[in-house]
Amino acid sequence: MGLDIRWPIGIIFSIYGVVLLIYGAVADPSMFVEKSLGVNIDLWWGLAMLVFGVFMGAKAFRASRRTGS
Amino acid sequence: MRPHLVDYAIIAIYFIFVLGIGFALRGRMKTSEDFFLSGRSIPGWITGLAFMSANLGALEVIGQAANAAKYGMYVNHFYWLAAIPAMCFVGVFMMPFYYGSKVRSVPEFLRKRYDEKTRTLNALSFAVMTLLVSGVDLYAMAILFQRLLHWRFDASVVASAVVVAIYIYLGGLTSSIYNEVLQFFLIVFGFLPLAILGLKAVGGFAGLNATLATLPTPGYAHTWANIWHASENPLGVDWFGTIFGLGFVLSFGYWCTDFLVIQRGLAAKDMAAAERTPLIAAIPKMFFPLLVVLPGLVAISLDPTTKLLLDGRYDNALPALLGRFYPSGLLGIGLTALLASFMSGMAGNVTAFNTVWTFDIYQTHINPGKDDRHYVTMGRAATLFAVIVGICTAFIVLRFNNLMDYLQLLFAFFNAPLFGTFLLGMFWKRASAHSGFWGLLCGIVAAATHYLFYHYNYIHYPSAMTANFYQAIYAFATCFVVTVAVSWFTKPRKEEELVGLVYSLTPRPKTAHLPWYQRPGMLALGILGLCVVLNIIFW
Repeated sequence: MGLDIRWPIGIIFSIYGVVLLIYGAVADPSMFVEKSLGVNIDLWWGLAMLVFGVFMGAKAFRASRRTGS
Repeated sequence: MRPHLVDYAIIAIYFIFVLGIGFALRGRMKTSEDFFLSGRSIPGWITGLAFMSANLGALEVIGQAANAAKYGMYVNHFYWLAAIPAMCFVGVFMMPFYYGSKVRSVPEFLRKRYDEKTRTLNALSFAVMTLLVSGVDLYAMAILFQRLLHWRFDASVVASAVVVAIYIYLGGLTSSIYNEVLQFFLIVFGFLPLAILGLKAVGGFAGLNATLATLPTPGYAHTWANIWHASENPLGVDWFGTIFGLGFVLSFGYWCTDFLVIQRGLAAKDMAAAERTPLIAAIPKMFFPLLVVLPGLVAISLDPTTKLLLDGRYDNALPALLGRFYPSGLLGIGLTALLASFMSGMAGNVTAFNTVWTFDIYQTHINPGKDDRHYVTMGRAATLFAVIVGICTAFIVLRFNNLMDYLQLLFAFFNAPLFGTFLLGMFWKRASAHSGFWGLLCGIVAAATHYLFYHYNYIHYPSAMTANFYQAIYAFATCFVVTVAVSWFTKPRKEEELVGLVYSLTPRPKTAHLPWYQRPGMLALGILGLCVVLNIIFW
């Protein structure tokens, strides 16, 4: 099969997580009041996506170490 | 809805990854087995998620949210009554034959079990249907993005079709499966906040139930309580049509015989992984009402007259909520999830088409006996052909808007009788070689006749959905009866030819050495038990 699908999933979700975290941290808070019921959903959901991305990446990394050595 | 730069950047990153996966897999497509069946090398959890996502195209995501806004929790039946039991059945009882007989496609199984003409009939009808459906995904996507974001219809059709063509051309079925898995996680992360924010906005489940109870149509907040009489539920279907038509014929017909999903199981690395494929798919499928039905219900309770938020169209339910609740940033993720589901919906159809075309039509009837490389090249050409036809159908659907209804109908034409052919083929060793073809043909003719009678008002139903359910029942019953009748008058096949194809003549795969959660039977029982609990909670 070759390519471990957990690599691209881990990387793309980590990137998305970081983008949303930063954007949520610097964005005008009035946007969240107007849209997402006052919750800074970008910040929190960015964090969730980053955790998931790192988890998938770690899984892929461990699998590649096991087959590599 | 006004996306910002950050949202477009998120969409662009997705396209880069999709194409990147195609390029990364390019060098690994050496044989036809690699290209069409991923070299039968994929772990069960990946084929399982792909099995579920291949079905998550445009009609599913946008359509089920729209249905929920229109008909209420009744839509849960599409999941808990229809999909889950059928997925458990295909995993435990049918996948051993599909995978164990080493066939490369569903039509090829029909050739082994029945004969060449049964296979050809199925291959041709499947190829035509798949080509038409692949354009519908493109059409639905382009029309949605035109309405939401004012993207040009032709530009989004061509751009997304080209991306799909490139990644399948390069990486074959593996590309398609990988993108389906990526799409699965994008949909979960893209739509889950919608359920959370939506519930918060309407005051939790208690608030939602209270609002739904005030709606003029009864039964929005119940899955089962209003099923018994057609006049009491919003869909206008009686219990027999629901349970037998939807729950048995239509759902088993789709999940057990449609090559689009079965192909994912055939790509699994071993028999155990193949059997687990539909079962692993059933677990997230069971919770999908949370992502599509719940937003539909939230949309209708925020806007019971459908005038403000929904703009008079139930189709708007999911996109309107995205625009209402998602700030920039998360909006990019939500739009990417939508795009991903449209594109992999189309990709699933294209990979199923190129396999059936190459193996069951081209290699069998047009140009047999060439070397393996030739058929890989043909598969790539068929990919490009399918995408071009898909683009053309998208434009045809644009001109004739009601083509969507006809395509839904085609499904009831071909899948419902096919399930009769498979059920008898796999569980009744007496079914003869000729019977498959005649049963299938008569089933299709019965569906067509029923459709004409309904269309010209000779028979009446409370709703079009009821007509679809009953059409499926008649098509299935006709196929079943004709197959049995023809079998009585023709010579049965020799038993030794049917080993590995018929249940009673095939040794069961041994599972005693596996832990209980890896045994297909136990896993299926666990899933069904959980499904019953969900039905009771949302009765």
